[in-house]
Amino acid sequence: MELYFQQLLNGLTLGSIYCLIALGLTLIYGIMHIPNFAHGHLYMVGAYCVLFLCTLYGFNYWIAILISMVVLAVLGILMERLVFHPLRNAPPTNTFIAAVGALLFLEAGATVLWGADYRRMPEVFDKVVNIFGIMATQQRLVVIFSALALMGALYLFMKKTLIGSTIEAMSQDREGAFLVGIDANMVSMMTFGVASALAAAAAGLAGPLFLVFPAMGSLLIIKAFVIIVLGGMGSIPGAVAGAYILGLAESLGATVFPAEYKDLVAFILLVIILSIRPTGLFAKEGR
Amino acid sequence: MTPSINSLRSGKIIYLALGLLALALPQIITNKYILHVVIMCYMYAIAIYGLNLILGYTGQLSLAHAGFYGIGAYTVGILTLKLKLSFWLALPAACILASLVGVLVGLISLRLKSHYFTIFSLCVGLILFLTIEHWESLTEGVRGLIGVPPPNPIPLPGGGAIVFTDLQAQYYLALLCLVFTIFVMNRIINSMVGRTFMAIRNSEELASTIGINVFAGKLLSFVISAFFAGLAGALFAGYIRFLGPPMSHPNMTFEFLLMLLIGGQATLAGPLVGALLVNTVTESLQFMQSYRYVVFGPFLILVVMFFPQGIVGGYYSLRNRIRLKKQAKEALQEIPPVLVTGNTKTKSEELRG
Repeated sequence: MELYFQQLLNGLTLGSIYCLIALGLTLIYGIMHIPNFAHGHLYMVGAYCVLFLCTLYGFNYWIAILISMVVLAVLGILMERLVFHPLRNAPPTNTFIAAVGALLFLEAGATVLWGADYRRMPEVFDKVVNIFGIMATQQRLVVIFSALALMGALYLFMKKTLIGSTIEAMSQDREGAFLVGIDANMVSMMTFGVASALAAAAAGLAGPLFLVFPAMGSLLIIKAFVIIVLGGMGSIPGAVAGAYILGLAESLGATVFPAEYKDLVAFILLVIILSIRPTGLFAKEGR
Repeated sequence: MTPSINSLRSGKIIYLALGLLALALPQIITNKYILHVVIMCYMYAIAIYGLNLILGYTGQLSLAHAGFYGIGAYTVGILTLKLKLSFWLALPAACILASLVGVLVGLISLRLKSHYFTIFSLCVGLILFLTIEHWESLTEGVRGLIGVPPPNPIPLPGGGAIVFTDLQAQYYLALLCLVFTIFVMNRIINSMVGRTFMAIRNSEELASTIGINVFAGKLLSFVISAFFAGLAGALFAGYIRFLGPPMSHPNMTFEFLLMLLIGGQATLAGPLVGALLVNTVTESLQFMQSYRYVVFGPFLILVVMFFPQGIVGGYYSLRNRIRLKKQAKEALQEIPPVLVTGNTKTKSEELRG
């Protein structure tokens, strides 16, 4: 029984990380209908950013995460301007291929710059806490609660600020948003900025738990896509639910299946769900 | 009438010359390394023809293609290495198995549209890759299948045999399969079936309104594409004789995709041109192996941004424009001079239009 609770906690940690990534991805998809395939690699760049800020320049962990969020927001905006903005009227296949191009570039660039070897981020919160008999490192709790805090912040940002409302307006009705004079360029850039910053935050939080290497984003992005497909692409509550479902399914699945098939769980879950409901579990619109 | 007949004839002469060149190539090129690169290009081209059918002609971006390529290769590898079956039995078995998996995958995935389908197919590609990587008892996992036997010798009627440890024999085998692939593709795209695929590509709604079974069309196209991916994989297994899981990784699909896009999707020559060009360039840039994707990624973006038709597609549209101009000029000459004065510009503009 204790094992299951332990795995439940691990599942929540995983789910929190997935959630921050899937939120960015679903924001971008909901507003611009771009499947940003390079999003996982922005996460990877974010992880390196935090790693170097902490180890080379000796920044405080939280400040390093904040700086890396800003850096990644700029990188995300640059990507929107250079790659996706020129392709806004192209067929969907072309956008997807361009995103793949960006992904290959980021991964190869990281390999060339920083080498292909695995690195470990120093652990800041390495104490073990005992909650009702379940052992957990502080870092896992930090991940879970920070992710919740970030989600809350995102919610407030979307509901209470002008920029947030314009982003939401665009995702609800593109033409309507144009009619009331919302600047599409501005919204696209902001969305990419916010989404990339979320990815950087996820990377900073997850960094001490996992290893940092150039290909760390490639499996993650596909899981994130699984999540937003499960949640109905473009739906924010769907992405949150999907992320925790996948996180829990993976960690609980690990108690049933052999470890080497762990990564298959996500994809098999997707195959099963999409076979039954082709538009995902929480479809926003009939697509 | 005459110009079109002339161009038809000149087209045939060009094809004949290219065919003869391809036949004579092993005699002209004595450098084994170059011949090896050409053989690899032919194999890639076969797989890319499959991708071209589903992406270029049917408009569905499937990222599971390398998975089917892997299935083809591993089927031949396992059947010939572990079950000691003849390569000539394993080859069709590989194609059939790839097609069968294609049917299964297609039945589920093709109900999805656009991005959903692409993401789903990517997941299928990863499932196939991870299965190959982890099913150690069958595929030897990350160690890979080592020492796949070459295709069995074919005895000749006058004594002797065609031995496939010889590079030239491998070349002709790949060429034969390539010609078969191009022939089949040519027949498909010029048939009613091909037109159905293109109708689906242009608009699924419109296609189903005029009575096309969209799902059946997509499924057929998908299965055929899986068949040719399997064929390419099977040839690869008999030629390289070492199989590792990375060959079925979605990254391989991305490479196929780049070759197809550069060559020109939805053209008959595109896959071959793309495979030959991209491979020649990457082989000559071997020294910058680690920078490969740093160049390759932005290049992919630039191609879809500025050159979405690829080389062959670009050539066709250029030729069409020249032809239209010529027709406009001829049409102009046929009109009595009296009428021309006022109408010159509008007429040519209309034709170009």
